[in-house]
Amino acid sequence: MAKQYETVIGLEVHVELATKTKIFCGCSTQFGGAPNTHTCPVCTGMPGSLPVLNKQVVEYALAVGLATNCQINQHCKFDRKNYFYPDNPQNYQISQLYLPICHDGGIEIETPAGKKIIGIHEIHMEEDAGKLIHDEWEDCSLVDFNRSGVPLIEIVSEPDMRSAEEVIAYLDKLRLIIQYLGASDCKLQEGSMRADVNLSVREVGTEKFGTRTEMKNLNSFKAIARAIGNERERQIDLLESGKAVVQETRRWDDTKEYSYAMRSKEDAQDYRYFPDPDLTPVYISDEWIARVRAAQPELRTEKLQRYKEEFAIPDYDAGILTSSKRLADLFEEATAICKKPKKVSNWLMGETLRLLKERGQEPEELRFSPENLAKLVELVDAGTVNNRVAKEVFEKIFTDDIDPEKYVEDHGLKAVSDEGALRGTIEAVIAANPQSVTDFKNGKEKAIGFLVGQTMKALKGKADPGTVNKILKETLSR
Amino acid sequence: MGLMDMTALALAKKIRAGEVSAPEAARAALDQIKKLEGAVHAYVTVDEEGALKRAAEVQKKIEAGKLTGPLAGVPAAIKDNMCTKDLPTTCSSRILENFVPTYTAQAVQNLEAAGVVVLGKTNMDEFAMGSTTETSAYGVTRNPWNPEHVPGGSSGGSCAAVAANECSFALGSDTGGSIRQPSSFCGVTGIKPTYGTVSRYGLIAYGSSLDQIGPVAKDVSDCAAILEVIASYDEKDSTSIRREDCDFTAALKDDVKGMKIGIPRDYFGSGLDKEVKQAVLAAAEILREKGAEVEEFDLSLVEYAIPAYYTIASAEASSNLSRFDGIKYGYRAKEYEGLHQMYKKSRSEGFGAEVKRRIMLGSFVLSSGYYDAYYLKALRTKALIKQAFDRAFAKYDVILGPAAPATAPRLGESLSDPLQMYLGDIYTISANLAGIPGICVPCGKDGKGLPVGLQLLGDCFQEKKILRAAYSFECSRTYEAPALAGKAVE
Repeated sequence: MAKQYETVIGLEVHVELATKTKIFCGCSTQFGGAPNTHTCPVCTGMPGSLPVLNKQVVEYALAVGLATNCQINQHCKFDRKNYFYPDNPQNYQISQLYLPICHDGGIEIETPAGKKIIGIHEIHMEEDAGKLIHDEWEDCSLVDFNRSGVPLIEIVSEPDMRSAEEVIAYLDKLRLIIQYLGASDCKLQEGSMRADVNLSVREVGTEKFGTRTEMKNLNSFKAIARAIGNERERQIDLLESGKAVVQETRRWDDTKEYSYAMRSKEDAQDYRYFPDPDLTPVYISDEWIARVRAAQPELRTEKLQRYKEEFAIPDYDAGILTSSKRLADLFEEATAICKKPKKVSNWLMGETLRLLKERGQEPEELRFSPENLAKLVELVDAGTVNNRVAKEVFEKIFTDDIDPEKYVEDHGLKAVSDEGALRGTIEAVIAANPQSVTDFKNGKEKAIGFLVGQTMKALKGKADPGTVNKILKETLSR
Repeated sequence: MGLMDMTALALAKKIRAGEVSAPEAARAALDQIKKLEGAVHAYVTVDEEGALKRAAEVQKKIEAGKLTGPLAGVPAAIKDNMCTKDLPTTCSSRILENFVPTYTAQAVQNLEAAGVVVLGKTNMDEFAMGSTTETSAYGVTRNPWNPEHVPGGSSGGSCAAVAANECSFALGSDTGGSIRQPSSFCGVTGIKPTYGTVSRYGLIAYGSSLDQIGPVAKDVSDCAAILEVIASYDEKDSTSIRREDCDFTAALKDDVKGMKIGIPRDYFGSGLDKEVKQAVLAAAEILREKGAEVEEFDLSLVEYAIPAYYTIASAEASSNLSRFDGIKYGYRAKEYEGLHQMYKKSRSEGFGAEVKRRIMLGSFVLSSGYYDAYYLKALRTKALIKQAFDRAFAKYDVILGPAAPATAPRLGESLSDPLQMYLGDIYTISANLAGIPGICVPCGKDGKGLPVGLQLLGDCFQEKKILRAAYSFECSRTYEAPALAGKAVE
């Protein structure tokens, strides 16, 4: 009988923090500047320059640590990790090894078998490296230090996950917590959240862990799931054929759905970590912790509970809305203005998600304001625009965040609700379509649809079709 | 008396009085440089054009009443490990031969804001690693008292330039004695302040936890005035300390009555040159005659200072110097294949032997498996040495001893035996490990006519005590310049 294997997975998650300036200098962290424009002597490793810690980085790391139930090292220190690479201007990375800011926490995830705690071994603060760009024409490599010194936290989990589903659930939960805290936007594709997967397999029932590999270059949840499945199979195949798993770092190629070895444990570098003498230890007082704890925003679990109590919306809607900080914020802010939670929710659950899907975007990328959404809800509610027009206007809000009142006014989209005007148009349509009128009177119900269509066309779509239908029937049956 | 024979404060007074202009002072220094550089070679870079231009600007501000400080208009030299915008900064290393900083070190900025005119950059041991200035990639500096002898190091260029009247004063840096030992060898006065007093921003790091910038000058008063100007709290340096007691010149009183001075027996054992011992004890006697209470005591742990120092300083240096890789600035090998070889060849060709020795030593003590046995143990030793000083300063205001075991050795005598050279730092490095201030003042000469220095150590933040003791001692003698510097240009 074939052996049964269990997968053991631990994650190292890097998250880029949403500070305005870098971790050790005053340069901007903004994405996309011309190469080497967000730089200074500190983040380009100029001789004689010195790092000064950005307190906001500690604040965010602390917030994430508290939200993930970690212990806090109130005297934490920075260490230098020494290695040579051109994207690393000092040839050492300032990180934390000996006394990381947070340790021994964990978060709860939902699994088919019920709730499960995934342990967090530690969270430490560190700086990002620059970017190498290979110039094919000149056959040389250039370095852009704009990303050098952007603050990161690395969240190291315990090897507590047993499947790709658990990994995704953990990542999803972690991402949502961090987004809710405002500590990062956590975009996997853009690299503001990066996960390395440590994976080993063992026979079901054994206590001892198998030899693990580390998988890098995973840019989406789908890639992570595929890589886990693939690596599990690869390791089982090795064991089944009597070979050993080699402890190594592997790189995932998602287009080929295949990973290859980057370096083995034997060529692992000695990073010669030691405390950075340029930085003094960080002291995190009880008051500081209390302040950050008190300032923690409502996280998803509490929000979900509150939505159920406060707003008359289905559980399903509440679940979707709270699955993204941006969606939840839009919902709450628009509802606060128009006091119509169900209608706001409908716009978000329906048109918003549809348009996002159509464009392949994430809710975090939504740019429209809750004010404009609330105004649109009011316009529909007052019968100022009909549903068809409202959808058209919403698309403009979605793309350009236009003011719907002004837009409707400027484009003459107001519904014709004056019954007198409606009747005039209807009389004219009846007069112009005697054949359809005859058909209707002969019992062809369908003919009414044609007449409604003609009326709407004459009114350029700005009437409520129901009202038109009603008046038509009244007129024809007279 | 020539302009360059004067102390910085005396020259500045004449400039303020309108008797001399800042450009005239700069010109006098540049003329002296021209006259003596062939014999001394104290400078790596002399910025004649820039110095004269800056002097003219300073003169205008002095005349407009915008610069009234005690050093305005005085020409000075800067050790070549402090960044100066648009002026090459090499650390006397080939690896930085073409490096021109984009910014100026905070200590130098403080000087410039006070109207000091920077003349150029002085020679040093490569990356401040050495005790003779012989490890410079740009040739040796000679001792103005005897060109066959070294000026000491690593701030040998700064101390020789001051002794030879090639500047009114200079800035040096001290990681293990690099200001005090060459001051002793060159017969000038130098201070290493309490760690954190002078910003390290722009000082190219050797051993970050030990490095401090300090003044080198003709006398104690100059040193106090210069330290007052360069000391500042700097947000750009996390190890910088906010001090409210930087009015160092207030301590300059010829009064040591009741001052408790301790002489560590450990500093006067075997290995100390007889003539040096005699001169230093004679200086102690003068202070006793002036009313100080002088007694001997056991400091302890002195023999552990050297291994602890070389472990910590080398460890930090191995990491600090890794940024010199030929990629962003500095020397890059002409021919190489691939990244790895580019690093290897650039660094092999760019660094000198002593620097490579310390990078290897530092990499070794930090490597996994040795970290606890060497680096952590050295850190613990450092803490114990600090405690030994704490005990001493609970009893004494000042600790008195020699700055070096002997006077300046002959050129070429030291490098062949690095271990012997490291032992020469025995009296100075403890101060860096403990973070405490130290001053070296001339206290005589040996039979060969080479200067002997007296070292006074104080507790953290007690610069004023050592300044007062040094000033009182200095009042008992007159400053002597080497014969070579004599006949300075009017």
